[in-house]
Amino acid sequence: MAEIKELVENLTEKYGNKRENLIPVLRGVVEKYNFISDETMVEVARQFDLSAADVYGTASFYAFLDTEVRGKHIIRVCKSITCDMKGKNKILAALENELKIKLGETTQDKMFSLIETNCIGLCNHGPAMLINCNPFTELTPEKVHNIISDFRTREKKC
Amino acid sequence: MSTINLKINGKSVEVEEGMTILDAAKKIGVKIPTLCHHEDLCIAGNCRVCVVELKGKDKLEASCALPAQDGMEVLTNTPKVRNARKDIISLLVSEHNTQCTTCYRSTNCELQDLSAEYNIDVERYLSVLKPNIKVDKSSWSIEKDDSKCVRCQRCVRTCAELQHVNALTVSGKGHGMKISTFLDLPFNEVVCTNCGQCVTHCPTGALTERRYFDDVWEAIGDPTKHVVMNTAPSVRVALGEMLGFPVGTRVTGKMVTAMKEMGADSVLDTDFSADLTIIEEGHELLTRLKGALVDGDKSIQLPMITSCSPGWVKFIEHMYPDHLGHLSTCKSPQQMFGALTKTYYAEKKGVDPKDIVSVAIMPCAAKKFEANRPEMRDSGYQDIDAGLTTRELGFMIKQFGLDFENLEDGKYDSIMGDSSGAGVIFGATGGVMEAALRTAYEVITGRPVPFDNLNITPVRGLEGVKEAAILIEDCLPEWSFLNGVELKVAVAHGLKNARTIMDQIAAGESPYHFIEIMACPGGCIGGGGQPIPTNDEIRKKRIAAIYAEDESMAIRKSHENPEIIQVYEEFLEKPLGHKSHELLHTKYRKRNRY
Amino acid sequence: MILEHVKKNVNMTNKELKKVDIIFSPYSVEPYEILKRTMSKNKSDVINELIESGLKGRGGAGFLTGMKWKFMAETEGDEKYVICNADEGEPGTFKDRKLLVEVPRKVFSGMAIAGWATNSKHGVLYLRAEYLYLVEDLKKEIKIFDEYAKKFRLDFSISIFLGAGAYVCGEETALIESMEGKRGEPRNKPPFPIQNGYLGKPTLVNNVETFATTSMVCRYGAEEYKKFGTSDQRGSKLFSISGDSPKEGVHELELGMSIQDFVEEYGDGDTKAVQIGGVAGFCVPRKNFKTTIIGEGNTTGGATMIFNSTRSMYNVLHNYLDFFAEESCGQCTPCRVGTQQLLKGIEAVKNGEKEPEYLDQLIKLSETMKVSSKCGLGQSVANSFASIVLNFKEEMIY
Repeated sequence: MAEIKELVENLTEKYGNKRENLIPVLRGVVEKYNFISDETMVEVARQFDLSAADVYGTASFYAFLDTEVRGKHIIRVCKSITCDMKGKNKILAALENELKIKLGETTQDKMFSLIETNCIGLCNHGPAMLINCNPFTELTPEKVHNIISDFRTREKKC
Repeated sequence: MSTINLKINGKSVEVEEGMTILDAAKKIGVKIPTLCHHEDLCIAGNCRVCVVELKGKDKLEASCALPAQDGMEVLTNTPKVRNARKDIISLLVSEHNTQCTTCYRSTNCELQDLSAEYNIDVERYLSVLKPNIKVDKSSWSIEKDDSKCVRCQRCVRTCAELQHVNALTVSGKGHGMKISTFLDLPFNEVVCTNCGQCVTHCPTGALTERRYFDDVWEAIGDPTKHVVMNTAPSVRVALGEMLGFPVGTRVTGKMVTAMKEMGADSVLDTDFSADLTIIEEGHELLTRLKGALVDGDKSIQLPMITSCSPGWVKFIEHMYPDHLGHLSTCKSPQQMFGALTKTYYAEKKGVDPKDIVSVAIMPCAAKKFEANRPEMRDSGYQDIDAGLTTRELGFMIKQFGLDFENLEDGKYDSIMGDSSGAGVIFGATGGVMEAALRTAYEVITGRPVPFDNLNITPVRGLEGVKEAAILIEDCLPEWSFLNGVELKVAVAHGLKNARTIMDQIAAGESPYHFIEIMACPGGCIGGGGQPIPTNDEIRKKRIAAIYAEDESMAIRKSHENPEIIQVYEEFLEKPLGHKSHELLHTKYRKRNRY
Repeated sequence: MILEHVKKNVNMTNKELKKVDIIFSPYSVEPYEILKRTMSKNKSDVINELIESGLKGRGGAGFLTGMKWKFMAETEGDEKYVICNADEGEPGTFKDRKLLVEVPRKVFSGMAIAGWATNSKHGVLYLRAEYLYLVEDLKKEIKIFDEYAKKFRLDFSISIFLGAGAYVCGEETALIESMEGKRGEPRNKPPFPIQNGYLGKPTLVNNVETFATTSMVCRYGAEEYKKFGTSDQRGSKLFSISGDSPKEGVHELELGMSIQDFVEEYGDGDTKAVQIGGVAGFCVPRKNFKTTIIGEGNTTGGATMIFNSTRSMYNVLHNYLDFFAEESCGQCTPCRVGTQQLLKGIEAVKNGEKEPEYLDQLIKLSETMKVSSKCGLGQSVANSFASIVLNFKEEMIY
């Protein structure tokens, strides 16, 4: 698609197209599209003169370079032991209930994806989660409800 | 270069700086087990099978990766090392499909050997083999079974370092880490040249060739079928390795007898069609040279490049699709053979071509794909019905229960069983070039090539890209336009070197007229269908056997092969004639780059 | 002087525990004054001072920082890199985040001093993907740094490289691999990053806290710094404290206290076990609190998680092993398969599939992982595995 080609061209112009520029470019793709599609990987391979397999192998190593389809807002709930101790499972259940999806899934309208992640460095403010790059801490099921509602309202406005 | 002095198990050894502990151990005959290590490839140091103890250190070190240092005291068999090795091999077994009884690589598997050596108990740990792993049989040439993968990454490194194709990668991490293609798609949906180098570098049965010998057995057993088998040059110098002979033994005669005893109706020699390729390709080159140098035809693409390596052909179709015009339009010897079998041979022998099953025994994995290319049906039927590897033939011989060692030497049948030394040398890198020059030079000048005993040594050997230049003088009148021309040729083997050549051509900087390219390091003798293992030492021995076979033959130039003279007189009429174009030449197609 | 900062702290329930306030104390001088003053000294003197101070790496590996800088200074190279490892992926660690938010200038000072002392021009802050929300403010700080560097005629620039989510990239060679655009698979060592690092150039990798501390050592000198800690573990350390504690957060403490003292101050009165050094560290049971000194015979990353008697140590260990099995890069056999075996193994013992004696075999396996894994990840699984299984065996079985 022309859109993808343009994005990748712009990113390689910004960061460069040598191997050491690969991860910033892939991050740029994720920033725009929330994940890296098959087509995008081919386009990146073309710009970097790598094989598509090579790009895929590199992207699939990193948790934040999703090669699976993701929604606009990727919710990453911390599953580290202290967040777990503080009630992570209740938060997960609240999110699953709120979004009507199970852990690992994406909502039908492609708005939200719900996944677990390892320690995000907010252990003294657990249970915690990231939505895209934004941290949310000291979560309770009520807070979760408010956060998701907030997002939904903002989406409607745009 | 300074030297390092260290001790291994109390014995002193001196090595060059930069050598590893493993190198030092090899020097004094101390055997350390390895798995991810391979002489052809860069150091990985990931399987940890080769760990050894250093006196005074708590952690064990990978001997294949750690450079030797002065004063090191290495111990390769302490209880700590043995326990670690046993654990590591047990771990590998625990993520492995342990049904060795049904595995194609059973008795030639590095994990099996290690397991036996360390007396591994499969019950020691729980199985962590992922369930429901499907075997990828989508490709004509290569089969992938992830349940047998030890994740040594040798295949990934081979496809990257040796072949520069990068069809394989490591994906995921942790317990999800595996060897994959792009998006883990089946082989036939990704950019793969089918060269099979991954197969010959795989220590287990994770990557193997697609096997068709059961189909061949059925054809042999079917009385209505007329089975014609043809063997490539490289098979006769490597088949012995499967049957108890040392590397580099020529077993041509026994091989022919074995195939006859197994029930083939006719055992013929691909070297015949190798000679045929030389005639056709030689004339094609001369036509192109005339067109370019005399007629000033800008559409003629030089350098011309050989096209008998199907791995190489698929490579250029994917990677340099705009330069297909450089390829010779000649088919490979295998495919020429197939086309003639179901026309010329059928006619001469009075066999209905629909009853012929043509089987090619090749050192190659890509030939399986080549045989099934849709355009390879010029005879009116599929020209080659089955391509088998050297390994598969070895299997069949064992299955038939033949006492191979004590077989009498047999002779190829006619009318496509005669060959020259030029046909035999196709198996070594530089062989096609040498064979072509032996004929072309003589056609142009009327004299044999100016090399001692016809051995054109500049194009021989394992160097990645070889060059030679021959000054053409005193030509025969019809070739006088070539007087004073310095014919520049190059030979490349391994797709990494093919890339070098093609990049030069794409940049418009290629100085050559004619180039031979083989997909596999060493040429066909190092092919994806040859006995495992392969390394440079083995390649050199097989190459020596090829040239020895050449020197032993009475006829050493393709154009002097009486059966070649016969096929032109009685069937093809002339090189590049109408019949030749119909049966012996082909077209190529552009393929996706990614 | 630092001692004044120490005396300021009251409300201590235990006299043995010594809180200090070196790292987060506000600057008593102008921004980057420490950098300016240090640059007026002799380079090798500064490095020797650092060696003398006994400061060890604060990321968990614990290598003598001064010696690392010395090797880096002695390595020839036109392009040399100083990398600040802000990958902070160890579960339970969050001190580096606080440092980058509250005292980034101390971190950048440390990096700049390293750059100056070792003749390295390129500084890179390798920031984990999970801390993306810190970037805007950090970029502002870098702009300010650039101005001061220009003023001081220091040829050292700092750029940010964002990680992409991989715990193993906290290991220095894996970090470098990811900066080179590849999978974060640790390399064989030797060669070490100082000889062959980023793009083959000499590369010095240090933790965020290490850099912040080096600027403090340069400020106060080795002698002052040596007044804190023990002869083996000099100085003070930031502890990220979380779990069953009423005082969760980052606390700077002098090294050398016993866990007993620690627990009395930071526990909730019902502490069963303390995990020191994150999941790659050791789990110390109540019976060993008095005899275990933090920083001696254990790791100093500083991630400390406190578990009270309501916690199941089986759940704790399961959580750790799940983490390791997922975050292992997967290249080496002992770690890739070993982590899976340990995880599956404790599950099998718990549900009766395997007899309790199987735990002993697993401990031996963890020992194999310790001595034969390619990098610190696989090598440290045994720490928490053995300490939890041996000290809480009953919880593994029943």
